[in-house]
Amino acid sequence: MSFWSGVWDWFTSASSWEGNAGAIHRLGEHVAMSGASVLVAAAIALPLGIWLGHTGRGGTIAINASNVGRAIPSFAILVIAAQLWGIGWKPAFIALVSLAVPPMVTNAYVGLREVDADVRESARGMGMTGAQSLWRVELPVALPVVLAGVRTAAVQVVATATLAALVAWGGLGRFIVDGTAQRDFVQVFAGAVLVAALAIVTELALAGLQRLIVPAPLRRRDKERDKPFTGLAADPQPG
Amino acid sequence: MRWDWVTTHLDDIGSATREHVVFTVVATLIGLAISFPLALAARRWRWLATPVLSTTGILYTIPSLALFGLLTPWTGLSRTTAIIGLVTYTLLILIRNIVTGLDGVAPEVREAATAMGFGPLRRLLRIELPLAAPVIVAGVRIAVVTTIGLVTVTAYIGQGGLGRLILDGLTRDFRTPLVVGSVLSVALAVLADVGLAALQRRLTPWGDHGVRATQADHGVRATQAGG
Repeated sequence: MSFWSGVWDWFTSASSWEGNAGAIHRLGEHVAMSGASVLVAAAIALPLGIWLGHTGRGGTIAINASNVGRAIPSFAILVIAAQLWGIGWKPAFIALVSLAVPPMVTNAYVGLREVDADVRESARGMGMTGAQSLWRVELPVALPVVLAGVRTAAVQVVATATLAALVAWGGLGRFIVDGTAQRDFVQVFAGAVLVAALAIVTELALAGLQRLIVPAPLRRRDKERDKPFTGLAADPQPG
Repeated sequence: MRWDWVTTHLDDIGSATREHVVFTVVATLIGLAISFPLALAARRWRWLATPVLSTTGILYTIPSLALFGLLTPWTGLSRTTAIIGLVTYTLLILIRNIVTGLDGVAPEVREAATAMGFGPLRRLLRIELPLAAPVIVAGVRIAVVTTIGLVTVTAYIGQGGLGRLILDGLTRDFRTPLVVGSVLSVALAVLADVGLAALQRRLTPWGDHGVRATQADHGVRATQAGG
């Protein structure tokens, strides 16, 4: 049996998809773990980043957070988390949350700081309080950049959740890790296809969601491909 | 931490570090060799920009473990697989920064160069590239730091530099190599970041210290640079 017909058989046989070790269950685990990590990370990072950006405090920390995050390999974070909290879902969850926080803090901060000082002053001049200006003027203007940070973090979390299979947790990475261990390259390839597809779908879905949320006149600010990588805002990062 | 393990394994640690550096340098150089022509082509023929950037963008989205997995039918668990994967992730960063860096050169400067008799090639080499250097080097810096992190994952396909120490510590449940591998990998990344940031400043003798300084000066006004 050739490799490619093996791959075909893998994708067309019910046993690959069903049961507790099947692709559907693994996909569910992967999505649930990623979603929970991103939500928890957002609950921590967004208020912090928005507050820092609104007040203009802690700039150096907020800006360099994602730069430091980049220097620490996500693989090392996972492995160290596994050392501290044992194996299973817990180290994976903690590692993914800690990966997702820096890009969201950085982008929330940068987004808020990028709001034109004149716009800010006009809001105050119209009699808005600091909180009103934040909610009704600064946040809507900063939204594209803040959401870009969430998207960057989410895509990176989905990617890194694959590596969580290395610390004995489930998710789609299991097919790649188990396949490599068993020298079953059909399974490795099939798992890789599923993981790649999930990451790309996540990226596209979040890009679409961002378009829906951001008001049309502000969309131009997030023309992704016009932006160089700077290391200052949260540039996307592979997992 | 078992320091006696460190002292008896200095050779292993040294060769793992060397391998890590070699992987990073080779991947970045190949990445540059591919990115430069693609970026120049995308600038010459504008319709090429969208397909080039979206293709490299999609490749960039693929998780590293999956990308290595997708390559195994062709190149197996080899060094080639590792290098192809690592190069792939540098492309989006480098191409985007080369394109935006060159786009940031003011049209008047370009016209002045043409008026002074510079041909397209000489104008590119003598005027446009030096002016775009801060943004391009910023891209190289990020590509290098990213690659240093990703090399650790290649341990999983039997390569990996310092990642081998990390994986070894994980499989044997032995903390020392794991900590040594992680710390050295972070140290390499920080060293590369600081070194390339210094290079970026050296390449900007007109005092506009590239992306970093420009943004600091304006209280981090925008993520755009060189424009």
